Amino acid sequence: MIIRSSILLCCSLISSLLFAQDLPPYNPVTAERLLNPEESNWLMYRGSYDSHGYSSLDEINTDNVDGLVPVWSFSTGLREGHQAPPIVNDGYMYVTTPQNHILAINARTGDLIWRYVRYLPDDLQQFHPTNRGVALFGDRVYMATVDAFLVSLDALTGELIWEVAVEDYYNGYYMTMAPLIADGNVMVGVSGGELGIRGFVAAYDVMTGEEQWKTYTIPAPGEPGSESWPGDTWQTGGVPVWLTGSYDPELNLAYWGTGNGGPWMGDTRPGDNLYSSSVIALDVTTGELKNHHQYHWNDSWDWDEVSAPLLIDFQRNGESVNGMVHPGRNGYLWFLEREADAINFVDANPYVYQDVFTSIDPVSGRPEYDMTKKPGTGYEANFCPSLWGGKDWPPAAFDPESRLLFIPANDNVCSTMVGEEIQYSPGRSYMGRGTSENGGFFVRPGTDHIGELQAWNVDTGERAWTTTFESQNWGPVLATAGDLVFMGGTNDRYFRAFDSSSGEILWQQRTNSGITGVPVTYTLDGKQYIAVQSGWGVDAQREQNLLNMAKGENHYVPQGGVIWVFALPD
Amino acid sequence: MSSSDSRNGKDREATTLSRRSIFKMGLATGIAVPMSALGQAPNRLRPQPGDQLVFEEGANQDELVRPELLELEQRPLSALARDPETQVLRDGSRLNRVMITRIDPQKLTARYQANAAEGVIAYSAVCTHTGCDVINWDAGQLRMACPCHESQFDIYDGANVVGGPAPRPLAMLPLEVVDGVVIVAAGFRGRVGFTQQF
Repeated sequence: MIIRSSILLCCSLISSLLFAQDLPPYNPVTAERLLNPEESNWLMYRGSYDSHGYSSLDEINTDNVDGLVPVWSFSTGLREGHQAPPIVNDGYMYVTTPQNHILAINARTGDLIWRYVRYLPDDLQQFHPTNRGVALFGDRVYMATVDAFLVSLDALTGELIWEVAVEDYYNGYYMTMAPLIADGNVMVGVSGGELGIRGFVAAYDVMTGEEQWKTYTIPAPGEPGSESWPGDTWQTGGVPVWLTGSYDPELNLAYWGTGNGGPWMGDTRPGDNLYSSSVIALDVTTGELKNHHQYHWNDSWDWDEVSAPLLIDFQRNGESVNGMVHPGRNGYLWFLEREADAINFVDANPYVYQDVFTSIDPVSGRPEYDMTKKPGTGYEANFCPSLWGGKDWPPAAFDPESRLLFIPANDNVCSTMVGEEIQYSPGRSYMGRGTSENGGFFVRPGTDHIGELQAWNVDTGERAWTTTFESQNWGPVLATAGDLVFMGGTNDRYFRAFDSSSGEILWQQRTNSGITGVPVTYTLDGKQYIAVQSGWGVDAQREQNLLNMAKGENHYVPQGGVIWVFALPD
Repeated sequence: MSSSDSRNGKDREATTLSRRSIFKMGLATGIAVPMSALGQAPNRLRPQPGDQLVFEEGANQDELVRPELLELEQRPLSALARDPETQVLRDGSRLNRVMITRIDPQKLTARYQANAAEGVIAYSAVCTHTGCDVINWDAGQLRMACPCHESQFDIYDGANVVGGPAPRPLAMLPLEVVDGVVIVAAGFRGRVGFTQQF
């Protein structure tokens, strides 16, 4: 671990900016505020610990959303995937970008307050050049970096207070998630499942940066679940955690989604490979792994299940279930029950075309596979959905009033995959995927669309509506009490508002680039705003390249990040 | 603007070097590792003129690269440079790695022909987009490809970008053949790796 004291840079410039902008006093973020975030702000990745991505604001609603106009915009000056939500705290907005910049912006004016620029090592490799946002606590801002550091900065000045080496980037570890702060700890998980890492979640004292605990997602020999990893495969088996967890304060448990095992072909690591492609419940105070549910075993499809489940209490058979809901990358919509000592399976059904699972055990939820659809070393297989799954990382949202869950889905795209033998070398590619025709990607014949926005009633388990797009969809979702759903995600660069009861598009704005940023909403002086980053890149662009190849087209999505803020006219 | 330079790439490399490379080299050679005149350990230096090339993978792993060990238009293999005097393998940075294959010299774009030696060519293994290892191979179109973001590079045209988001060609390492062994003729032509945006 490396902890350094602060080094002040450019402070005169920062101070003068602060003075000149006449900003309000900074409102420190307390544990109480994180537990009960006010609707006027957006204090964390999904707005609240339950990951609903929902706001009770309703000034902007189905009756007036067609009048929404841009208020200000801000160019980040960077290319690649701008996926972070603008985090807003009483007039201060914090936005992260690819390459680990943080922009602190006066939310009223769009003026820059300070900018943190991280100098990245020349020999770094960025499989996913993006970042998914800051966490706030006290008068600090926290960011996990692509060179595997956790940094803590002064929210007013951008001064670096401390930084901690979470792991060694040279061995393939990196981070893209927004940290999770609870119970005095700032928690992060690591990416690098393509590079032979051993995944973990680690917690650091929110003030000092001292490591509090570190829990691996792959058990060491002798630990429960270790029998599911043969030989030394546990040491390099992947199972990253690269999205922010949900947190249940009553149980003091954080729920984290985990990635697939590595190398990608399951036959290189025979066994269930716990706790890959699972949800794990970690005690926030101690890091103890209290319970888990594995969505699917011995993955061979690159189906990460890293999206944290939404903590939703739903109805089943006339009873209320203290539940969790997860639209899986494996194409199934999972309903689970969360208890202090267990995660219980409730039910699961496909929400996109899925041709791998042949059945789901009604008690355990364990799927059985059509083994002809499971690629292996030297065995090529076609399977649907594609390696990006029914839903990749873009988060779903839940409206507790309408009881609808909104899923940004992709249907009708499939993969061809074959494994090849690969040797482990620290920090080098450890996927073991061979070459397949057309990049190993194809569109199901006879289908007319890929992207979807789906709405599901969590109490009945039935789909309410689906709005389709010819384009792929990489749009995170925001739901509001204005009976609206906001989402971009398509390759035509639109940001859209949908009627949450019907899926009808009520408003759309064409932006500079494609939108893969997480939308948020907040108020300033009582007026509601919607903010989102537009900046296409990473896997959305990668899928575009493969679609161009598959369709013989050359659809171009410009890159370059811009923060957009919208409101109704005064 | 504020920025963090309290821990930059050089600091990190120094840490990596002290913990990994020197230790590893010490184990391998049983000798102390001298630092170069530039203050950089020789295993960290980019391939130097006169260096030999050593296969890092494949049937001839750890052997010197000779033209006859490569088949025409075969899948590129990774290789590292080695100082023939000290036997120091330049494995101290992933930026030193090259991908080698053999091509028909007559079909190579004219301005790159001087960099080939008896048909053997070497390109940096590090993608110019975000720094991933360019390990994939499209045998049909004779393109090197990056597994991260699908950038594609034409081996007959100086690794120029023919697909995907990479902004620049892969750097090319000029080669010559001396006594049947492939030798580095000069330093990389072009910048190795990605360029950070600010």
